Amino acid sequence: MINLNDIMETINMISEENLDIRTITMGISLLDCADPDIKRSCEKVYDKITRKAENLVKTGEDIEREYGIPIINKRISVTPIALLAASGGDPVLYAKALQKAADTTGVNFIGGYSALVHKGFSAGDEALIRSIPEALSVTENICSSVNIGSTKSGINMDAVKLMGKIVRQTAEITADRDCIGCAKLVVFCNAVEDNPFMAGAFHGIGEPDCVIHVGVSGPGVVQAALKKCPDGDLGKVAETIKRTAFKITRMGQLVGTEASARLGVPFGIVDLSLAPTPAVGDSVAHILEEMGLETCGIHGTTAALALLNDAVKKGGVMASSSVGGLSGAFIPVTEDAGMIDAARSGDLLLEKLEAMTAVCSVGLDMIAIPGETPAEVISAIIADEAAIGMVNSKTTAVRVIPAIGKKAGEELQFGGLLGSGPIMKVNLTKSPKKFIDRAGRIPAPLQSLKN
Amino acid sequence: MKTVVSVIGKDAVGIIAKVSAVCAECNANIVDITQSVLQDMFVMVMLTEISGLNCSFTEFSDKMKAIDPDKGLDIRVMHEDIFNSMHRI
Repeated sequence: MINLNDIMETINMISEENLDIRTITMGISLLDCADPDIKRSCEKVYDKITRKAENLVKTGEDIEREYGIPIINKRISVTPIALLAASGGDPVLYAKALQKAADTTGVNFIGGYSALVHKGFSAGDEALIRSIPEALSVTENICSSVNIGSTKSGINMDAVKLMGKIVRQTAEITADRDCIGCAKLVVFCNAVEDNPFMAGAFHGIGEPDCVIHVGVSGPGVVQAALKKCPDGDLGKVAETIKRTAFKITRMGQLVGTEASARLGVPFGIVDLSLAPTPAVGDSVAHILEEMGLETCGIHGTTAALALLNDAVKKGGVMASSSVGGLSGAFIPVTEDAGMIDAARSGDLLLEKLEAMTAVCSVGLDMIAIPGETPAEVISAIIADEAAIGMVNSKTTAVRVIPAIGKKAGEELQFGGLLGSGPIMKVNLTKSPKKFIDRAGRIPAPLQSLKN
Repeated sequence: MKTVVSVIGKDAVGIIAKVSAVCAECNANIVDITQSVLQDMFVMVMLTEISGLNCSFTEFSDKMKAIDPDKGLDIRVMHEDIFNSMHRI
């Protein structure tokens, strides 16, 4: 029989330490739905998604019940809609078709209202980007992302300039709902094609027609494991995180292969990310504090995060047949109880978060900024973040929420997984306007010449 | 297919009897059982073979949970593969 201690450990992880499968995400290619008539195209999109994902939610719930593992979200990612929008028409119609498909299938998000413009705009890209504010305001469960740079191609500063304005417009148009539109909009550098996590999930064009990805989580489990080694050196800390990440990922692999078999869809990847939630005991910041930092955000935070991010990857890699997505530690501010506290107390600043993104798995995530922040400053934040990603050959992203009508120190409330949090201070004393207005392209770095 | 039935909570008379009764009612065969009481805390783990179940897995699971309507006990029915995959290479 299985060891009693092992059984108790697993049950404890689930009941006390918030271990869960954060998401089962079905990637669906919509390339075969393109049609010169946009209405016909939208019908095909709706039909294909509802056909492929008909049993997604039910299968997720069945697995949840049989294995006793909470599966929090069932989601869908689709081909970047800009590729369909290339054939003309108002892209918002696609957003509405996706929303209808989300309602029918019962998933809580569909990601992929996206455009990939890291080297330039092609037909459909600009129209889609300009439609993002409206699309996110008339839908509830649709997520949007735009890739504006990559290590291979440099940074498209025309797109960066445009995205500063789009982020602001999205906040303005949803100002009556705590600017929630911006919580569903990510600007990427080096976006990955198989990411199961929102808001940045989309189904890359190199992916199969339909595929199942799994995103695991478990910051609480890692923190609890570290509590058991209060005095070990950092080598011991890394080892403990690796062991825990291994177990968590094995669970993700099991659920992923089981879901893929039941749905008759190939299994894609396990994304072994530590994704925090606002719940107590589910915080990445608290892991860093468990390592010995008095609070997250002080000097030493970047080093601690680098150790955590690396150990999570190392532990998870052996546990899965295929690791992908973003895999590492997320640091979304409003979704992490420890980050929220550190931001409120003023110990965690935007500048420190930027440094942390050089070693975490993604970037500046779920950060509320003052409503007065002009578009060019948002563009400059995006450019800085993209530069970190481009030079370090890693994914970086910006998901900031300009809190229209509010100032630094006030709070935004999104509720649910998106959480709530204080509006962080942004340096607005001097302007980067001239730099951003130059536009053009930042050439790819030497790192791109690997062939 | 085997499942692990776990019951954790305050000790009381007849817990195992009730769990076993549900197993018999649903035609689940008990393969292994281990139980202890530590400082008033009752911990029981039972491995059951459920290939011959005469009801659905969900019904079996719901009946187990219905043993304790006061919710003082944490009763879980979980597929054994979850433990095998997490703790064995």
